[in-house]
Amino acid sequence: MKIMILGAGQVGSTVAESLVSEANDITVVDSDGVKLRQLQDRLDLRTLTGNAAHPSVLEQAGIADTDMLLAVTQSDEVNLVACKLAASLYNTPTRIARIRSIDYLNREEVFSADNFCVDFSICPEQILTEYITKLIEFPEALQVLEFADGKASLVAVRAFTGGPLVGKPLSFLRTHMPQVETRVAAIFRQGSPIIPEGNTVVEDGDEIFFIAATDNIRSVLKEMRRMDQPSRRVMIVGGGNIGRRLAKALEQDYQVKLIEFNKKSCEKLAGELKHTLVLNGDGTDENLMQQEHVDEVDVFCALTNDDENNIMSSLLAKQGGARKVIALINRSAYVDLVQGGKIDIALSPAHVTIGSLLAYVRQGDVVAVHSLRRGAAEALELVAHGDRKSSRVVGRRIDEIDLPKGATIGAILRGGEVVIAHHDTVIEAGDHVIVFVVDKRMVKKVEKLFQVSVGFF
Amino acid sequence: MGRTLTVLHALGLLLVMFSFAYVIPVVTALIYGDFTMFLDFLLAMLWTASAGILMWMLTRRYKGELSIRHGYLLVVTMWTAMPLFATIPLLLVIPGLSLTDAYFETMSGMTTTGSTVLTGLDYLPPAINIWRHELNWLGGLGIIVLAVAVLPLLGIGGRQLFKAETPGPMKDSALTPRIADTARNLWVVYFVITLACIASLKWAGMDWLDAVCHAFSAMGLGGFSTHDASVGYFNSPLIEFVMIVFMLLAVLNFATHFLAVRARNFAPYRHDPEAITSLLLILGSCVGIAFFLWWNSVYVEFWTALRHASFNVVSIATSSGYASVDYAQWPIFAPMWMMFLTAIAASSGSTGGGIKMMRTLVLFKQGGREMLRLLHPSVVNPMKIGGQVVPNNIVFSVLGFIFLYFMTLATLTFVLLISGLDFITALTAVLASVNNCGPGLGSVGPASNYQGLTDFQTWMCTLGMLIGRLEIFTVLILFTPHFWRR
Repeated sequence: MKIMILGAGQVGSTVAESLVSEANDITVVDSDGVKLRQLQDRLDLRTLTGNAAHPSVLEQAGIADTDMLLAVTQSDEVNLVACKLAASLYNTPTRIARIRSIDYLNREEVFSADNFCVDFSICPEQILTEYITKLIEFPEALQVLEFADGKASLVAVRAFTGGPLVGKPLSFLRTHMPQVETRVAAIFRQGSPIIPEGNTVVEDGDEIFFIAATDNIRSVLKEMRRMDQPSRRVMIVGGGNIGRRLAKALEQDYQVKLIEFNKKSCEKLAGELKHTLVLNGDGTDENLMQQEHVDEVDVFCALTNDDENNIMSSLLAKQGGARKVIALINRSAYVDLVQGGKIDIALSPAHVTIGSLLAYVRQGDVVAVHSLRRGAAEALELVAHGDRKSSRVVGRRIDEIDLPKGATIGAILRGGEVVIAHHDTVIEAGDHVIVFVVDKRMVKKVEKLFQVSVGFF
Repeated sequence: MGRTLTVLHALGLLLVMFSFAYVIPVVTALIYGDFTMFLDFLLAMLWTASAGILMWMLTRRYKGELSIRHGYLLVVTMWTAMPLFATIPLLLVIPGLSLTDAYFETMSGMTTTGSTVLTGLDYLPPAINIWRHELNWLGGLGIIVLAVAVLPLLGIGGRQLFKAETPGPMKDSALTPRIADTARNLWVVYFVITLACIASLKWAGMDWLDAVCHAFSAMGLGGFSTHDASVGYFNSPLIEFVMIVFMLLAVLNFATHFLAVRARNFAPYRHDPEAITSLLLILGSCVGIAFFLWWNSVYVEFWTALRHASFNVVSIATSSGYASVDYAQWPIFAPMWMMFLTAIAASSGSTGGGIKMMRTLVLFKQGGREMLRLLHPSVVNPMKIGGQVVPNNIVFSVLGFIFLYFMTLATLTFVLLISGLDFITALTAVLASVNNCGPGLGSVGPASNYQGLTDFQTWMCTLGMLIGRLEIFTVLILFTPHFWRR
């Protein structure tokens, strides 16, 4: 597929990186030539320097035979104009724009075919905010991903001594809580995946991915580790786009304190937020943290746009007694460095947001894609079509399906119901199947598996 | 000096306009066939008009734009000169009335205070009565425009909180961009509500004269009555109820009324932080005081207690000053609480007096802010009222206002104490004057009036009314040396 990406910022370059490895032809346009050169040094793609909203630039970049346009520059307006141009001048089939401003998002008609012709809009800040909100809601989890409009969730959790399941085989789950249906999709032990079988014994420190109906998450979590008190106090460092949105989303249900360095931004934030306590100060100032009782904070989120500051302030917060610390880290090298150490969760914004973009890019009937373990693994929601003859999935029991090793079917969504997969579950046409893939390289195979054979038409 | 004459030039024009106000009593005199009264008022009208024209003609050379500084001077001279000319008919008609008392009466009318030095109101000629009440109504009219349109320009008054630079649904620009249009719109609202009030009072059982008079004084939150026994004369729960409703309407911001009429829904009231707090406070106090009276066996039946508590609490809290019973006889908590409410309950942009709810909210939140700052030294917590940020300089201006307000109260009270009044009378007379409420307690209580005061004491109360009505700063600024320096 020929894909054009406008904007070589964090989002643009991560998407490019992720799509290049899936054998797509990619052109990246940005006004900053230096960024493009860095990108081109690493990846096999074409770049062009210029204003992404100018027709001549788009033409030069080859918009005429592009299959998909991803407008992910910093500016909403550039993204909108680019989509409009692509649609009306060059008939580009699919147009995706990154839109941050709530003003635009609240007016859906802005994106319609009569106006800016945006097929899909994504807002990375919003996705990230929802992601962190989930983590605060389930403080024990490392990651909570939703499928089927939130009915089913895939949860990552680290098993700890104290959970009933630890030290026992997985089949113990079935006997211990027969009323709750769940399926363990994968276990990572010291960074390498284990394919879970009924007799796999869970060890202390294992990273477990399980799928369950969203209502049941808490009861499954209880099996893996001792539960903490539910979160009540949240401290956020950094009142930028993400910090502000997060505070707004949380302030009704939690006691939120927001630390921001810039006095002017503080005043703006304090005017906008209703119940959040806005504090003016340095997020790495341990005196300020102590003064504001960091030791009683349930979740500490460092969300400035400076990786080093985020790492330092979350380390300080952990030292000061915060129960769980989350740091926003853009550089993937840092993420691997700190995750699992003193910092409980290192968030890479690009990886969190890329899933929603990938869903549009992927072939076949992919409804949702979530990138796990910083892009190494993936969870997909696919739609099964056809019948027993034309499809290699439909009408078969799960143990009959020729899934590549390392891919597991976690759950099926059938007519609005969540069916947790067992080896004898039969897949029907129209089912949404949630597949967990421990290695991203298998994604292609899984997608192929779900494609209907030519005879179907 | 030239600029001061410019003020006189404008004042002359205003006086000519004011002389048209005599049309109503003139017509009333005609209707009642009272020929002497007709001549007296015509005379007063001519005098006022010719004084105005003379003033206007003589200062013609100084015609020009007024600066903000002279805006203060104009407002103050306007509010002193108009009551002065309004005394003419009173002096002509009522034998033995001193200028002091006449000026007190008209000032009380124009500032919508409603305290009186006259007795035998029931026997006054209808034209005189309607003139007194019309002053209440005109005072209300003037103060709405003053508060909503003019004072914010001068930088005074709680309403500047909602100046155009603050975003949100309630900003002033939602009215109209021009002062003249804003004023006209507010007058229309005021006029229409007054007509509704006249009709309702007539329907509730008053005769036309009483209905018009009481509608005038209720809308201005003045509190003049055509009877010595005030509204108690009618002894009608229905009339009391109608008056409660219209007093509560008048104690809200007229700009909010205007927005509600234009939007044809009640949303503007919900977004007006003053309206909600005022109404809850007043209505809550009605019920609370009713319980208190019933508990103390002042009234045997709870419903009687509720009826009397409601009318008198609303009347005093809104700074009207009618009475249906002698509430000074109630246990001291009740009347003192009512005097307290009168100081804070009225909205800015209403016809009520006192500190105004907007300033009360600012003070209240400032208190909370200071305590939060003690707990969290690095906190950034701008003051927010109705979801909008109030800039710090406005908070300071409110603090300054409150200081001057209390200093005014204290000074006038001490002066009255020196002059020989007892403490309760002195304090409540000053409270009632500065808050433009009307009756106080003690010897100026609802059962008596201000007639018993000496001339000096009367003048002090007159001064209090003027200072209170013009939001303190406007008057006191004239006494600063900087005002007169170039």
